[in-house]
Amino acid sequence: MNINQIQDSIIEDFSMYEDWEDKYEYIIELGKELPEMNEQYKTEENLIKGCQSRVWLHAEEEEGLVKFQADSDAIITKGIIGLLIKIFNNQSAKEISNSDIYFLKEIGLQEHLSPTRANGLVSMVKQIKNYGIAFNLKS
Amino acid sequence: MGTIVSTGWNVQAIREDFPILKTLVHNKPLIYFDNAASTQKPKIVLDTEYHYYTTQYSNIHRGVHYLSQIGTDLYEKTRHTIKNFIGAASEKEIIFTKGTTNSINLLAYSWSSAFLKAGDEILITGMEHHSNIVPWQMACQRHGANLKVIPIQEDGSINIEDVKKLISGKTRLLAFTYVSNALGTINPVKDMIDLAHQAGAHVLLDAAQAIQHIPMNVQDLDCDFLAFSGHKIYGPTGTGILYGKEKLLDAIPPFEGGGDMIKDVKFEHTSFNELPFKFEAGTPNIAGIIALGTAIEYVENIGLDKIYAYEDELLQYGTEQLSQIDSLKIYGQSKHKSSVLSFLLGKAHPYDVGVILDHLGIAIRTGHHCTQPIMDHFCIPGTCRASFAFYNTKEEIDALVSGIRRAAKMLL
Ligand SMILES: Cc1ncc(COP(=O)(O)O)c(C=O)c1O
Repeated sequence: MNINQIQDSIIEDFSMYEDWEDKYEYIIELGKELPEMNEQYKTEENLIKGCQSRVWLHAEEEEGLVKFQADSDAIITKGIIGLLIKIFNNQSAKEISNSDIYFLKEIGLQEHLSPTRANGLVSMVKQIKNYGIAFNLKS
Repeated sequence: MGTIVSTGWNVQAIREDFPILKTLVHNKPLIYFDNAASTQKPKIVLDTEYHYYTTQYSNIHRGVHYLSQIGTDLYEKTRHTIKNFIGAASEKEIIFTKGTTNSINLLAYSWSSAFLKAGDEILITGMEHHSNIVPWQMACQRHGANLKVIPIQEDGSINIEDVKKLISGKTRLLAFTYVSNALGTINPVKDMIDLAHQAGAHVLLDAAQAIQHIPMNVQDLDCDFLAFSGHKIYGPTGTGILYGKEKLLDAIPPFEGGGDMIKDVKFEHTSFNELPFKFEAGTPNIAGIIALGTAIEYVENIGLDKIYAYEDELLQYGTEQLSQIDSLKIYGQSKHKSSVLSFLLGKAHPYDVGVILDHLGIAIRTGHHCTQPIMDHFCIPGTCRASFAFYNTKEEIDALVSGIRRAAKMLL
């Protein structure tokens, strides 16, 4: 699936949840299920500092596809990272650099991607795209 | 247990004074527990600003015209109100600023120019807000002086023996907070001030978290300087106070240059206006300062001693209730505490707890509260902080407790 197809399927998944609590329970679940980030990548260099929660992001390119690993110290942030990884993992650098992230707004979680939240997610999305641009230039 | 014993305290009537308390957040009644960050405004303060802008507004201290005269009188009336409120000796000792941060930066520049030399020491505590750390680091750097820190103990208090050990003949200034914004600790101010004076040092008291909770008199305390923010005592943002003893304010140079702070300007030489105007360059937040006067009068009418008693009840009740939640740990357990409850819920990150409480309409603060050294001391990334004001209720604390339990179920 391409980036937009994945976003659409996430939006569909979330349409089942009526109240905020169910939504957050699902996100927290995603956070718990997020594959462990390789400890060696949890470096100062890969750290995106938000005032509220911290986010680590690492990317590699393999056979034309970008692989992401990420983590956060806050579980809700981590759950949203889980969604972002679903969307961006194994996409081409070009698709990543041209992508538009609209699903958070559609599922009513836009607030987590607000620059004033200082949870590191805005910078994370920016950083994901930067990786896309950089890998795209290299190839 | 937990019943309100203060006689004549009618919190419902007080809540009526604060329009914002009727707001719904995520379709739930707002429960505002972020009072240490900033307090809400009573209607009378809002009305004062509105009335001033709609019927009395012009610039002050400059015009002979009618409106300028009214504005100047109202502005100076706030100075008088504050002088009495903190027990200063004269209006000349009350400088209007933009807030605590601005007051401290003024001193860090002006006081340091007059009094700080290479090799001198400035003493602060380990629980200072960044705004009472960074300006002094900068001043020390400029003057070749050293910053020393009084450590905090496990319960979030200070050991007076440590103060004795760290104060010496090299200490020029003891700059410290009356109440910790992150832990609620009330410091032994009088003892600390006396120790500093015995060593020949000056004292700046950061009263940002005390002025709205604890009755105080600067002459009894004998602090040389005192700073606080209007927005934390039910007044407008962008207003603050620097109190200083007249002879010290006379001895230090102005901070900013500009209009209003001068007596005579020639290109060769400018002579400065007298106190307090020497420190008030440019057009200030006139409406804000006038409304700050109203806020202080409002607090005085209710009575700070009554406010203190009621808020202490809320603190005791909140402490009891929160302590009953499994895996909740309170940070800051000093014997003398103001109405701040800083806590962590098991291994849950404060951000997650804050997000969930927000959806329940409960506003708390999460993070390091601009006191990173405290968080480093306890080796934690931050805390959740509920801070109470006199318009809060025990029912709201009950809602907080059930909100935390709900968060625990989701997060732990
Ligand atoms: C103890 C303390 N000092 C200073 C400040 C800074 O106040 P302001 O941001 O109003 O300048 C605060 C505000 O949180 C505080 O709690």
